[in-house]
Amino acid sequence: MLEQQLLNGLTLGSVYALFALGFTLIFGVLAVINLSHGAVFMVGSYAALFVVTHFAAPLWLGLIAAMLVSGFIGLGVDVLILKPLRARNAPHLIPMIATIGVTIILTNAIQGLFGVEVQRFPEEVLPAADFVVGEVHVRALEIGIVAIAFLLMALLFFALKKTQLGRALRAIAESPKTAALLGIDVEGLFHLTSFAAAALGGVAGVLIGLDFNAITPFMGQPILLKGVAVIVLGGMGDIRGALIGGLFLGFAEVFSKGYISSQIGDAVAFGLLFLILLIRPSGLFGRVLERKG
Amino acid sequence: MNILRKFLVILAGASLSCAACAADIKIGVAEALTGGAAQYGIPNRNGFQLAADEINAKGGVNGNRLQLVVEDEQGKKEEAINVFKKLIFQDKVLIIFGPTLSNSMFAAGPVANAAKTVAFGTSNTANGITDIGPYIFRNSVMESDVLPITIATAVKHYRIKKVAVIYGNDDAFTKSGYDVFKKVLEEQKIPVTTTETYVKGDVDFKAQLTKIKGGNPDAVVCSCLAEEAANIMLQARGLGIKVPFVGGNGFNSPKLFEISKLAGEGTFVGSPWANNNPAPANQHFVAAYKQKFGSEPNQFAAQAYDALNIAAAALQTLKLSGNLEADRQALRDALPRVSINGATGPFKFRPAAGKDGKPAGFDAEQKPFIYIVQGGKFTLYAGK
Repeated sequence: MLEQQLLNGLTLGSVYALFALGFTLIFGVLAVINLSHGAVFMVGSYAALFVVTHFAAPLWLGLIAAMLVSGFIGLGVDVLILKPLRARNAPHLIPMIATIGVTIILTNAIQGLFGVEVQRFPEEVLPAADFVVGEVHVRALEIGIVAIAFLLMALLFFALKKTQLGRALRAIAESPKTAALLGIDVEGLFHLTSFAAAALGGVAGVLIGLDFNAITPFMGQPILLKGVAVIVLGGMGDIRGALIGGLFLGFAEVFSKGYISSQIGDAVAFGLLFLILLIRPSGLFGRVLERKG
Repeated sequence: MNILRKFLVILAGASLSCAACAADIKIGVAEALTGGAAQYGIPNRNGFQLAADEINAKGGVNGNRLQLVVEDEQGKKEEAINVFKKLIFQDKVLIIFGPTLSNSMFAAGPVANAAKTVAFGTSNTANGITDIGPYIFRNSVMESDVLPITIATAVKHYRIKKVAVIYGNDDAFTKSGYDVFKKVLEEQKIPVTTTETYVKGDVDFKAQLTKIKGGNPDAVVCSCLAEEAANIMLQARGLGIKVPFVGGNGFNSPKLFEISKLAGEGTFVGSPWANNNPAPANQHFVAAYKQKFGSEPNQFAAQAYDALNIAAAALQTLKLSGNLEADRQALRDALPRVSINGATGPFKFRPAAGKDGKPAGFDAEQKPFIYIVQGGKFTLYAGK
């Protein structure tokens, strides 16, 4: 039972982490809390569903479609909404409200296009295999989810630490003005970041839709809350923080449901989060706020 | 001369029937036509439509045509209240059928009761629905009448020694189903290994199911709506839980198998209606429904179909005065005397016990059918 719950926690946690990664990336680079990330996540899963059901495409094509559709929506949000706000030096709350508007538009658009009923990936596209290791039942799907999540996180981590692009992004995170003075194309990298973050969100949407076999226009809201919790816990804007925070929340939820009571699963998870923040107010890896302050 | 007289009689008849046209009987239908509860609300609506069309084709009730005013309450409490107000005060209907979910009836029922208009539920099975007041009726059989028989049958069939329980704890219907399960399991002295919960909208049940698996039960008792139940079954099989499920009324939807495919094999569930019940009233209903809607009817369509026929039988005994308030009251007083033989079998009303001696409405008095799931279909349980 313990091993099975560990696996449950790992699957859930790695999807949380992947979702939070895009969220924290936008905050780290653009210094904006983009509340449309939950809706972008939801649109990603619908994009994959559409490609898979209408063109009988394999699942990997669905994943790519989700990345592209979500990515371009993220880019659109940056170009059409965040950029004009940046140009006018809007205070921090304004982009938050504007992106809530994006959430409402996207949610209603999807409701109009696909209806409110719960949708599912057709059974044929799911990897059917499962293994039994000792007491633990592992579905191939779960291995795929954890693998994809960690692969994308590793890629992002590598890109940020080891490439010229990553160095430029980190410079922007430090100070966009200085970065611009150094000849970095700040606006271009803002667009790129928005695209990449949204694409990661889209993939997370597909993975959650696959794991739990349910896609609805409202699936973005609960995960958005969890995403906020994860990046607050991990430290705003910190990549490692999103990873550890996501896994922490996944495990905390599963274990409080499994070993304490399913009545208070979220209460325990969020209570623990509160306790950690009491001890470390800037999150596990959070130096960003101090630096900016 | 004779011909002229005949002509005059026909003329008079025509003008009379036109007066009857003007006096169409307006009947409110408030069902969830969109959203998750639509899988129950749409068959309900179809059942009403079929019954109304049949009655009107035969010339209506005492010459009055039935006119359905259909509104979508979306399976939401707030919407149900809005729709009830619209039907009662704006459309001035004689009686309202619906809403779909027990949750919505708890919210909207008091509105109808205060306006002295009958609210007739055809899919509300939670306890306490008819305690709302004397204007609340239902022909949906309560869980507390069905579940004891379902459990006893399943226990005997599988020789069940202990069970695990899972239910949704923020929904009036699934919570009330759980309360009944709990009571029945206690009465039948069946130990419960663990009781797990989830909330509406949850899609991840793996933590709870892993815990259930740890307790090694002989069956999983599940008070859930069909969509959640299907996901629970799928995830349970994914975790290697092989024992059968025992379900409440929420299982009675074809959705269960559309989603869960064969994960629900061996499930026991009780229902007030059986597709293959050979009674002529039911065979007629099944054939007429298929012809009109091109799909198999389900329990909710059957109960709605019967409900409208019950109301029509009550209206048959009345002479409507045209005074809305008086007519609403007359219909309320005539309903409890009705007994029919419908698609769901012989039916009559039973006065609800009521809470603290307050006046209450009327529940259904009917015997359930027990099903076992075989080959992804509900099959009438024939015994071992």
